[in-house]
Amino acid sequence: MQTQANMQQNTPYELIVVGGGPAGLAAANAAWQAGLRRVLIVERDRELGGILNQCIHNGFGLHRFGDQLTGPEYAERYENMVAETGVEVALDTMVLSVEPATAPALDVGEKPLHHVHLISQAEGYRVLATQTIVLAMGCRERTRGAIGIPGTRPAGVYTAGAAQRYINMEGYLVGKRAIILGSGDIGLIMARRMTLEGAKVAAVVELMPYSGGLSRNIVQCLDDFGIPLLLAHTIVDIRGHRRVEQVVVAEVGPDNKPVAGTEQTFDVDTVLLSVGLLPENELTRQANIPLDPRTRGAVVFEDMQTQVPGIFACGNVVQVHDLVDFVSQEAELAGAAAAAYVQSTDSTESISVVELTPGEGVSYVLPQRIRVRDGQTTSVSFRVRKPMGRSQICLSAGDTEIKTFRRQRMAPGEMEHVKLRGADLALYAGGTLRLSAQEMGE
Amino acid sequence: MTEVICTCCPQGCHLQVDEQNGYAVTGNGCKRGAVYGPQELQHPVRIVTTTVAIVGAAHPTLPVKTAAEVPKERMADIVAALRTLRVTSPVHMGDVVLANVCDTGVDVVATRSL
Amino acid sequence: MYDVAIIGCGVIGAACAYELSRYDQSVVILEAKNDVAAGTTKANSAILHAGYDPAPDTWMGKLNVRGVRLARDICQRLDVGYEQCGSLVVAFSEADLPTLETLYQRGLANGVPGIELVDAARAHELEPELSDAVVGALWAPSAAIVNPWEFALAMAEVAVRNGVELRLRAQVTAVTRTSAGAFELTVPQGIVSARTVINAAGVAAGQVHDFIATPSFHITPTRGQYHLLDHSSAGIVRHVVFQCPNERGKGVLVAPTVHGNVIVGPDAEPLPDDQADNTACTAAGQDFVAQQALLSIPKLNLRDNIRNFAGIRANVDSGDFIIGEAPDVPGWFDLAGMKSPGLSCAPAVAEVASDWLANRGIRGVRKQNYQDGRTHIRFVEHTPDDRAALVAQDPAYGRIICRCETVTEAEIIHALHEEIPATTIDGVKRRAGTGMGRCQGGFCGPRILELICRELDMSPLEVLQDEDGSYVLDSLAKGGE
Repeated sequence: MQTQANMQQNTPYELIVVGGGPAGLAAANAAWQAGLRRVLIVERDRELGGILNQCIHNGFGLHRFGDQLTGPEYAERYENMVAETGVEVALDTMVLSVEPATAPALDVGEKPLHHVHLISQAEGYRVLATQTIVLAMGCRERTRGAIGIPGTRPAGVYTAGAAQRYINMEGYLVGKRAIILGSGDIGLIMARRMTLEGAKVAAVVELMPYSGGLSRNIVQCLDDFGIPLLLAHTIVDIRGHRRVEQVVVAEVGPDNKPVAGTEQTFDVDTVLLSVGLLPENELTRQANIPLDPRTRGAVVFEDMQTQVPGIFACGNVVQVHDLVDFVSQEAELAGAAAAAYVQSTDSTESISVVELTPGEGVSYVLPQRIRVRDGQTTSVSFRVRKPMGRSQICLSAGDTEIKTFRRQRMAPGEMEHVKLRGADLALYAGGTLRLSAQEMGE
Repeated sequence: MTEVICTCCPQGCHLQVDEQNGYAVTGNGCKRGAVYGPQELQHPVRIVTTTVAIVGAAHPTLPVKTAAEVPKERMADIVAALRTLRVTSPVHMGDVVLANVCDTGVDVVATRSL
Repeated sequence: MYDVAIIGCGVIGAACAYELSRYDQSVVILEAKNDVAAGTTKANSAILHAGYDPAPDTWMGKLNVRGVRLARDICQRLDVGYEQCGSLVVAFSEADLPTLETLYQRGLANGVPGIELVDAARAHELEPELSDAVVGALWAPSAAIVNPWEFALAMAEVAVRNGVELRLRAQVTAVTRTSAGAFELTVPQGIVSARTVINAAGVAAGQVHDFIATPSFHITPTRGQYHLLDHSSAGIVRHVVFQCPNERGKGVLVAPTVHGNVIVGPDAEPLPDDQADNTACTAAGQDFVAQQALLSIPKLNLRDNIRNFAGIRANVDSGDFIIGEAPDVPGWFDLAGMKSPGLSCAPAVAEVASDWLANRGIRGVRKQNYQDGRTHIRFVEHTPDDRAALVAQDPAYGRIICRCETVTEAEIIHALHEEIPATTIDGVKRRAGTGMGRCQGGFCGPRILELICRELDMSPLEVLQDEDGSYVLDSLAKGGE
């Protein structure tokens, strides 16, 4: 497409990182450390750090820094690392679209150029060319509509993250008496935060018979404050015309449907929703980059490269993580891989690939595709479908067991990892392997 | 014997603490659990994270934390003591915004530069 | 003393105001809520019906075809979201075909342009995702989809620009007449006097009528529930797809919206009179609508739902609109029972009211310096070149506030300062389209709140989501005394 906007002549970037949250910062830094020198981070907010800025609680960084950090501290450490590089940062700038390369590279050894359309108050509308892109847009929260809670539509229904932003970054409390739907970590953290700031949290309501959050958050955020956790319950009605006045909660049966006669009414002015996170993949979808319906993120290779050469994805945009430490780790892999792609003269196309799919008991696996190389170890992330005690994880090809792993406990709220060696996979190049998980008898 | 969920890290080990037997801990995945279990039963402590008002910065609030763990029962007092505190930009990550909060002997420090 | 008081600024009141603003007489609109288009107008199917439904000898039959033609011109003139996509009424069995034939004949009698009975093959060609069970359809190319609240807002805006006075939060609670025959309307701010009254109070029109006239009609608030699906469902339907009405009910529709979503609904549930504001959704209603819609479009992905809502229609027993002067109260003109196709008929209804005022000698002469027209810049609809030009001209176009719908700060600032300015988060939503997307304002809400405070010099604690009392923030947590 030839438009006035993209006729601007720019030296192409080696890497443009879309998003300046934890994933984007770590990817850009890793790419710089690996030798790239024309790197740009595009961030739509007025500051770097992304969602970490509003996650003022601690518990971040134990893996990455060996230290218990708060979200802002974790972000600032990465911002400081990036500040010491020559990575450029465009703040208050929105990426409108990503256009994968359509033409081959002009010269041998060069990479085909992708284009990124972006807009800002300061610089106007720009189209920048780049050899690689790292998608690091993060995720967003599921809303009331996504789960179809019946009732009126008054003010006072917020996603937990929106309420968190108001309290932690703007200094306002959204209500005095709240009920929280969803026991994921954000919901639990907000239960404590609201309570500490003087609000009353009537209960945390969870549809499933188990919590979606880390057990330590149940201890520190609910138990410490005597906030009840109602498992296998849901909100069946929201009442109030202008502002929330009442919420009706009922038990759910094994089919997750409310059980009549179990309703209890809470007088609250606020409902916080912590009912899941969805990778923010509008740009990815518009760019026709293949997505995995299970992760709702891009299908990636072991180096976080999407199915479009030169475009990588990492962090919550590719799979929703529980711990920022693993976001950083994944992003560092993507950043280094982007650098390797720019620096490499060989194509990876000839390397044979193993496909990974989730089997019984596993909801997704990532990466979905592994290029089989000797001496390479790939860390595979996955989640189980339900809580499990002592269990066995099995990698198999058809009826053949290739490798097994043991765990004492697993839960859907806690991402699991196994390491696969190139040597284990070599025999199955070109094939599909299944990762499954099964509880073992006593 | 009391079960305690360890909160030292995201692992969340289920510790068995034997009060009758010198608070001996089993079920811990690492050394931290052996310290945490007895402590949680005898003198539970927490890090408190909250915000204070800040003047002259890009945001109206500054995130802060207690520089060390404080007794669990003092959390509400500490947050209340910080509710009306107002600091002035610039503040750097790690700066003390309130020393010896509520006579706990623990300082409250900024968790970002603003 | 005003020449005309219009009670209600939904689409009917706004259409009347727009029509009357062309003439030289004084007009006041009394709107009960804190914004225009805040009742039925903001919660309906957003469709301009082609006009084959009503019997020819009814008000609906007489006004529908003219109404949609006028609406098309108005939407063009006032830059209102509008698309003439056409509609299909689908038959699921041979037993439905006589009903289609009846609708077809009515359509011919009502003068519906281009109307056609089509076979299953043609129906599937027009609408590829239609159920295989469809055996035939009535095709009406003149049906359209519209942004209903923008339609009302735009007409009200031009009316205001041309001298019509709009009073918000002016709920009429009593009506009396002076000995000289003038009406005195009690509103919270005092008494408003007018020589004539147009009652366009929507669901409340019966109650308002009864303040002064002998009760002559009864409005049954009838709730209809909807699903709104994300952009990712766009394209699953290209036209408005109705189901052939039969003994099981009127059926639900599946249609594209001008915002690029898919709308699914409504059911029809009569409510007690005292529940005219009960726009709650119910699990049963949501399920019913979903199941019915799947009959038409089996591939519909209801997991793409981003919002459920319900609207209240003003159903009257006669089944037709109530249009006319109250027999015992000369000077009082009712426009009531404006259920579907009320939106479609609105501009034609306004003409009837305008003619009545002319006959009574109230309507003034046509204004010479009338300022018609309106433009609404929607950044998202522009090409990259035009976007670049917009940002160059006003850098506020360079800041995207609502990322789901790509709405810029400039558009929000405009919404906060236009002729009928937004003062609430939902007011901005109705004008600029913010928060309409998949995140439902979760991300942009705080930023819009900040812009409202900056532009209107308000405290965050004063900002409302929508109606009075719908406060967003409860209290200052930090930095207070």
